[in-house]
Amino acid sequence: MLTLGWWRTRNRAQTALDLLPQPISEMAFILTDHSGQTVTPDSWLSRPTMVFFGFTFCPDVCPTTLNDISDWLAELGPDADRLNVALISVDPERDTPAALADYLSNFDPRIVGLTGALPEVEKAASGFRAKFEKLPRDGDYTINHTAGVFLFDADGRFTSIIDFHEDRRFAVPKIRRLLS
Amino acid sequence: MKRLLPAAFALIFATPALACEVVRIGDIEIGHAWSRATIGADRPGVVYLTIRNTGSTDDALFGLVTPVAEMPMLHETVVTDGIASMPHAMSVPVPAGQTVALEPGGFHAMLMGLTEALDKGATFPLTLTFQNAGEVTVTVEVLALAAKGPDCEDSQP
Repeated sequence: MLTLGWWRTRNRAQTALDLLPQPISEMAFILTDHSGQTVTPDSWLSRPTMVFFGFTFCPDVCPTTLNDISDWLAELGPDADRLNVALISVDPERDTPAALADYLSNFDPRIVGLTGALPEVEKAASGFRAKFEKLPRDGDYTINHTAGVFLFDADGRFTSIIDFHEDRRFAVPKIRRLLS
Repeated sequence: MKRLLPAAFALIFATPALACEVVRIGDIEIGHAWSRATIGADRPGVVYLTIRNTGSTDDALFGLVTPVAEMPMLHETVVTDGIASMPHAMSVPVPAGQTVALEPGGFHAMLMGLTEALDKGATFPLTLTFQNAGEVTVTVEVLALAAKGPDCEDSQP
């Protein structure tokens, strides 16, 4: 992974714009949420947005992140009702809307699961500059994926990332700033 | 009687969770062995626990066997350049005098090929093999899918 990144950096003129997530208004994807509704970038505009990538077959990182997010939302209370909170599945093959609904019923109900055709998930990931990579493992597969939580203001502008396992003392103020 | 009842209830609820039990083999103490409930048996399961080495010799956990999974393995969640991956870990070092935690976001036992769904409240045996201390079987308690760990009075095993 590191080697590949180094190679790319050497062989491509990279600017900050290539590295930062796009504004939501410039993203393009058509996904389906866990209740079967269509979601496009436009669906998120006018409200602050919090997005992360994961999959329901992921045993450690994803439940941990979902627990963290559930804790942040609980601490923010009803204020967090004004947020879009989305998990975009990087495993649309197995994560149907029904599978996402089943899985997410264990966490804060404000978290919405999104899935769709693989090219649409790829388009979404590319807008966030997020990466995922499917790897065969022991007759099955696992998926490496960007672990941070992306934050956008109500105008759809990227504001910051909450890193995996970031202390809630830092995470919650980052979200609260979006809501003020 | 009226005054005794609440006390009786308090006793029942104060009983520590099974996951809080500590198992010893030689200089090694294992505690807080817990797992997350799974939806069906297709998704992999996970086991977290803490290992304390009270001796003066370094040890290492390298083997796992359980009847609930065909392929239990040691994994470590690693985040490199923002990307999470879960490489196999050949072993988990347990240096002399130290406590090592298999915990969310770090080392964990991954249960591939579950033979049954792990339901909240169930328990299953997990046999651990240490380089020096040898084999020991612990009972793993299955907590909710969204659990963060057992609610034990002690923070260490």
